[in-house]
Amino acid sequence: MTTKTFWAWLIALGLIALLPFAPEPWSGTYYLSLATKILVYGIFAMSLQLLVGYTGLVSLGHAAFFSAAAYMVYVLTPEYEVANGWWILLGSMAAAALLALVIGALVMRTRGIYFIMVTLAFAQLVYFIFHDVPFFGGSDGTYIYMRPEFSLFGWQFVDLENSAQFYWFVLALLAITLGLLHLILRSRLGHAFIGIKHNEQRMRATGFATVRYKIASFVIGGAFAGLAGCLFAIQYGFVNPELASWHKSGDALMMIILGGLGSMAGAVVGAFAFVMLGEWYQDISEHWTLLLGLTIIAVVVLMPNGLVGGLRDLLRVWHTRSARGGDKPASKDATP
Amino acid sequence: MDLTTFLIQCLNSVQYGLLLFLVASGLTLIFGIMGVINLAHGSFYMIGAYMAFTLASLTGNFALTILLGLIFAVIFGYLLEWGFFSFLYEREHLLQVLMTYGLILVFEELRSILVGDEVYGVAVPAWLTGTIPIGNDMTYPIYRLFMSGICVLVAVGMYFMIKKTRIGMMVRAGATNREMVQSLGINISLLYRFVFAGGVALAILAGMLAAPTSSVYPGMGNSVLILSFVVVVIGGIGSVKGAFVAALLIGFVDTFGKVFWQEGAGALIYVLMAIVLLWKPEGLFKQGS
Repeated sequence: MTTKTFWAWLIALGLIALLPFAPEPWSGTYYLSLATKILVYGIFAMSLQLLVGYTGLVSLGHAAFFSAAAYMVYVLTPEYEVANGWWILLGSMAAAALLALVIGALVMRTRGIYFIMVTLAFAQLVYFIFHDVPFFGGSDGTYIYMRPEFSLFGWQFVDLENSAQFYWFVLALLAITLGLLHLILRSRLGHAFIGIKHNEQRMRATGFATVRYKIASFVIGGAFAGLAGCLFAIQYGFVNPELASWHKSGDALMMIILGGLGSMAGAVVGAFAFVMLGEWYQDISEHWTLLLGLTIIAVVVLMPNGLVGGLRDLLRVWHTRSARGGDKPASKDATP
Repeated sequence: MDLTTFLIQCLNSVQYGLLLFLVASGLTLIFGIMGVINLAHGSFYMIGAYMAFTLASLTGNFALTILLGLIFAVIFGYLLEWGFFSFLYEREHLLQVLMTYGLILVFEELRSILVGDEVYGVAVPAWLTGTIPIGNDMTYPIYRLFMSGICVLVAVGMYFMIKKTRIGMMVRAGATNREMVQSLGINISLLYRFVFAGGVALAILAGMLAAPTSSVYPGMGNSVLILSFVVVVIGGIGSVKGAFVAALLIGFVDTFGKVFWQEGAGALIYVLMAIVLLWKPEGLFKQGS
């Protein structure tokens, strides 16, 4: 991260943090919980971006780790007691990472179309486990009645029952996720990921055990998807097998395509755009999934580089066209 | 488990496996020949089932329903390839996944608008009702045997088509080297279009055949799609023979899994897939072998 992008991130996150001070109704519970949802999906999208945008692994089963962590929150929360938040957070992320390690070791034997199908199939296996094992509450899922408590040396620094504080808490975790992912990406490990995306064969020829690096990327991505799943379970207080459904994985892919591949900022922007689009469509039509489906197709056809890239392309086309048309004789780019 | 029950479960396994083969064979051909991952393939199965429901009440004749459905399927597949999929060949897998994911949402919602979200049943045609006795006190429905028969006919027909005819030769050649076939003067785009239409027709046929035995319900294509993926992964991409073997394997594992271990049956076939992946990562019948 260059100094410039660092400051851009800091300012952006600072502005996002101001939402609870905005005038009503923007700082009301409805908008705060919507914004929290966007941030949670932002973390989820960033974790998938590491796989797809940086390592070149198109996974269609990322929801498996999201849901595993969410269910882990349920497992670790005692029924009539407030749980220790750190324990919940680490436990659920570890569960997601462990699952990613097991699935990753299997799916890395494949590539290309196979990889997509196999990740989808394993996510479906996770879905069936949550659906069929009675302990997990069957197809209706189950409730988590108490939000956990986070404290440092006996000082409870955040009250998750307060929607503004919960929002800041999620935002802080998003910032930490972003920072950690950036540190990883600028390390030797991250460079290896990017190298694998561009040319795996060459990376292998230079002596990298690429399968191990790909599994590492899968596990790190899985762990952060777990963080998102854990926060989701805490926010909504319920878990059900739908969290592992392939629609969740498909939505996450859509978010990173919307925002643009290979950019962490893009993942967050994509999560924002996708959630808002869904909310808007649900407002205007009963058949909102039809609109969503058509939008997805349109984005793939018209702007495969995402919203940011699409706008850039559009500007470039407009620029060259107006230059070629001779409308602006003063334009410097008019000379061929 | 006595011999009669065992026999009946075997028949169920074969019937289920063959139905799965119809869906998965189209999928594996489209993968293998055009290199396109098509998530919307399960939707074709769903469309087939709903079409059986709608057409059966309109025509009242089972054979006519199937015939009309197949004609529609070929036209539908042809147009879909022309309108959508022909743009996807040169694109990355990620974009193919998203585009066909978008198509699923569109198909499901259109289905909801046109037919509604209720669960429907389709009557078994009168001349195929009834059962045949197996053993002393067990019976087996004739319609299920009929289904298996049709599936076997289609499988044999496909085998001859691919291995023995000129079109099959072109299809096999096109899968191996697209440019070379094109330079020999074969219109590869047209060939692709018909292969795609054929794949769609197979999935729609499967849906129409399945409609009288299982109810017709929203989202029925999704589970079939993922099962077909498992079939293709186990059998090997592009291999119709592999799809046949893998589909039957899954039919047996799933049916007998449900008999012996009700809760775990859903997960069992994925465990099977994991074992095959460890053993042969490219499937049992790698393409070209």
